[in-house]
Amino acid sequence: MAQTLTINGKARSVDVDDDTPLLWVLRDVLGMTGTKFGCGLALCGACTIHVDGKPVRSCITPVSAAAGKRITTIEAIAATPAGKKIQQAWIDLEVPQCGYCQSGQIMSATALLAAKPNPTDSDIDAAMSGNVCRCGTYVRIRAGIKHAAKKGT
Amino acid sequence: MIVDLSRRQFLSASAALGGGLLIGFRTGAAHTAEGVAGAAFTPNAFIRIGSDGQIVLTMPYVEMGQGTYTSIPMLIAEELEVDLKQVRLEHAPPDEKRYANPLLGVQATGNSNAIRGSWKPLREAGATARTMLVSAAAKRWNVDPASCRAQSGEVHHAPTGRRLKYGALAAEATQLPVPENVALKRPGEFKLIGTPAKRLDTPSKVNGTAVYGIDARPPGVKIATLAQTPVFGGRVKSVDDSKAKAVKAVRQIVRLDDAVAVVADHMGAAKKGLAALVIEWDDGPHAKLDTQQIVDQLEKASLNSGAVAQNVGNTDSAMASAVTKVEATYQVPFLAHATMEPMNCTAHVRKDGCEIWVGNQALGRAQAAAAKTTGLPLDKVVVHNHLIGGGFGRRLEIDGVTRAVQIAMQVDGPVKVVWTREEDIQHDMYRPCFFDRMSAGLDEKGAPLAWNHRFAGSSIIARWLPPAFNNGLDPDTTEGAIELVYALPNMHVEYLRVEPPGVPTAFWRSVGPSHNVFVVESFMDELAAAAKQDPVAYRRALLDKSPRAKAVLELAAEKADWGKRLPRGVGRGVSVQHAFATYMAQVAEVEVAKDGAVRVRRVVCAVDCGTVVNPNTVQAQLQSGIIFGITAALRGEITLKDGRVEQSNFHDYQMLRMNEAPAIEVYIVKSGEAPGGMGEAGTSAAAPALTNAIFAATGKRIRKLPVANQAAVT
Repeated sequence: MAQTLTINGKARSVDVDDDTPLLWVLRDVLGMTGTKFGCGLALCGACTIHVDGKPVRSCITPVSAAAGKRITTIEAIAATPAGKKIQQAWIDLEVPQCGYCQSGQIMSATALLAAKPNPTDSDIDAAMSGNVCRCGTYVRIRAGIKHAAKKGT
Repeated sequence: MIVDLSRRQFLSASAALGGGLLIGFRTGAAHTAEGVAGAAFTPNAFIRIGSDGQIVLTMPYVEMGQGTYTSIPMLIAEELEVDLKQVRLEHAPPDEKRYANPLLGVQATGNSNAIRGSWKPLREAGATARTMLVSAAAKRWNVDPASCRAQSGEVHHAPTGRRLKYGALAAEATQLPVPENVALKRPGEFKLIGTPAKRLDTPSKVNGTAVYGIDARPPGVKIATLAQTPVFGGRVKSVDDSKAKAVKAVRQIVRLDDAVAVVADHMGAAKKGLAALVIEWDDGPHAKLDTQQIVDQLEKASLNSGAVAQNVGNTDSAMASAVTKVEATYQVPFLAHATMEPMNCTAHVRKDGCEIWVGNQALGRAQAAAAKTTGLPLDKVVVHNHLIGGGFGRRLEIDGVTRAVQIAMQVDGPVKVVWTREEDIQHDMYRPCFFDRMSAGLDEKGAPLAWNHRFAGSSIIARWLPPAFNNGLDPDTTEGAIELVYALPNMHVEYLRVEPPGVPTAFWRSVGPSHNVFVVESFMDELAAAAKQDPVAYRRALLDKSPRAKAVLELAAEKADWGKRLPRGVGRGVSVQHAFATYMAQVAEVEVAKDGAVRVRRVVCAVDCGTVVNPNTVQAQLQSGIIFGITAALRGEITLKDGRVEQSNFHDYQMLRMNEAPAIEVYIVKSGEAPGGMGEAGTSAAAPALTNAIFAATGKRIRKLPVANQAAVT
């Protein structure tokens, strides 16, 4: 049935089954391809978005569960202070390689930084271990989060 | 893979469309010298300078994270005297002749050789263009070209203060003869090469705008996902699609001989439809295949003589005089690529043509596959290449293109075929498993007198580049097993090509060395242990004739605090490697828990890759390659039971994650030698450093990968 979603501050209406994962609504129905498909089982974090500011895996989040909530994707994360800092840190430290997982990494890192402006190594482990990077950019992701944190709020 | 770089090259200029200056360059194909049919003197890249001043470089190599879209433009920009920001990049279209990789003879990005192949010709292309632009300016001003200089996309005439942008000179430059033998800058004159240039693709990769193959959205595109025969070689027996067709937004079910696809408005519906299909398979001849049968086959084969890959001296007589003898067998498993971007390809097949949207490492082959599948002539197949969300060799294959085209032939309009992660892992083309027999004889001081290595497994080259497979050998499968850095007075290496039944094999990051370096460096460690010598000192004593290898070993050992005491359960291991024309040593420091859990705490890597183009990329590729190697060494294994791949997603084909990632330190040796490859070398050197560290920590020698729980106290 038709669902009304609030994505990056805009109301969007889609007509899909209630159990359709949000990932496919974003990518295929609305053409917002910045959010990536990696596993379909919430094992890799490539599809991470924010729902009411919290990181969620859109590949297992049914569209019905997101109705009425604030959905934020990589396309609009620069509008948040933490998101902007994380993106800049990723550029400053040259974090991405193939880049495919980085939308999800940035969404997870942004949520971490927004919640904990000065994350410890174990905070980073806890927040980021759900995001797989096959290029192994972990060393730079960790450094990137610390770099962003140093810039303060 | 060892390749010969000495090839004739020449430059040619012609008027580009729109009145711009076009510099094409041609190089001979590498395999001509080895008897491979290759088109000699065919262009493989070009520069275009528009009258608008835009400098466009058509990239014959695809960007899959390795930084080629920055380092390749650096070569041109250096000599052309333009800023990197002034360069715009275009993907090269499929064209096996114009865009052949000079070291492979086919249009492909692989084997860590983009910089190696482009180092001279691309700088020459830049220098030639710059020389012609300077001449054009000098002619217009009626001054001596020597009194002009190029800088930041302009030609300056200092005595009069005049300047002209390249774009304003492009049309005139096309009228000039192409200079021969343009002088290239001396390394001391480099402004860009050797500096940590910012990647040109980063901004688009942090805001979601980078477009990968999976993001292609031609108008009207439908989304399909598929189930392929779970046993390689099987076929579809029957399909009940009544429930699948009832799923909202499912549009069509496509049945192929060995696969079934569900076409829908979106992937959510396609997946739901796929789950609702009832498919009966005819499993075919490999229905009972399991991994152990394949290993047994290799083990048995390795008892026979193989093709001699290298022989030095006489190991039989040397063995007879040895004081100590060491023997061991090694095994490495099948591995999946598991690129983060699952396999996908979008295709639109019409009666008179076919269009493909894909990220592929071998674009010419992608085009040929679509032409072959549709029966259309090559020039009726248009391929749009994209950024690649992880290649690692997987996208040197065209099976995904063929599949998409097969499906698209039954669909009206464009269709994007996206593989689920399960399909991606269970229908990969795998890094082959190998079985190795090692034996060595040591003299009274423990030094190796004789070294024997015989191994059995698949040759990917024999399928992928048949002309390069000769007399039972190919340059990839043996790389890392032969022409070792060590002085071994008697050495004998044999290879037996044995193809596993029912399991497709393919290149996997670090290719031949991914297997050989593990075996060679592990066995070298065994020899050091047998000789009761320190693993670094033992290797060092064999490196007098390989100063670059010796230097990286010494540097890595020093930086890693080799020899300093470590707590119980912690150990350091070393590996030395010469592969992809790069010298490398790694020291891994691992901690082994009683239950066998291995934590890699730190990896120190010293590298001599010759002249460094972009040190930032070298660092990044080593961090990346090391994580890739550690991931596979610790856990990577694809197994088959009843003909089916047992792993399916990241829960049972596990990746190293943030909480497990070691600290990685990279030290680059300054060198003026020709550049070596960087994309893969870090991977192959990582496994033996890690397993040798486990030996140091626990006394357990890991002779079979993955490590899994082999280090547990029993």
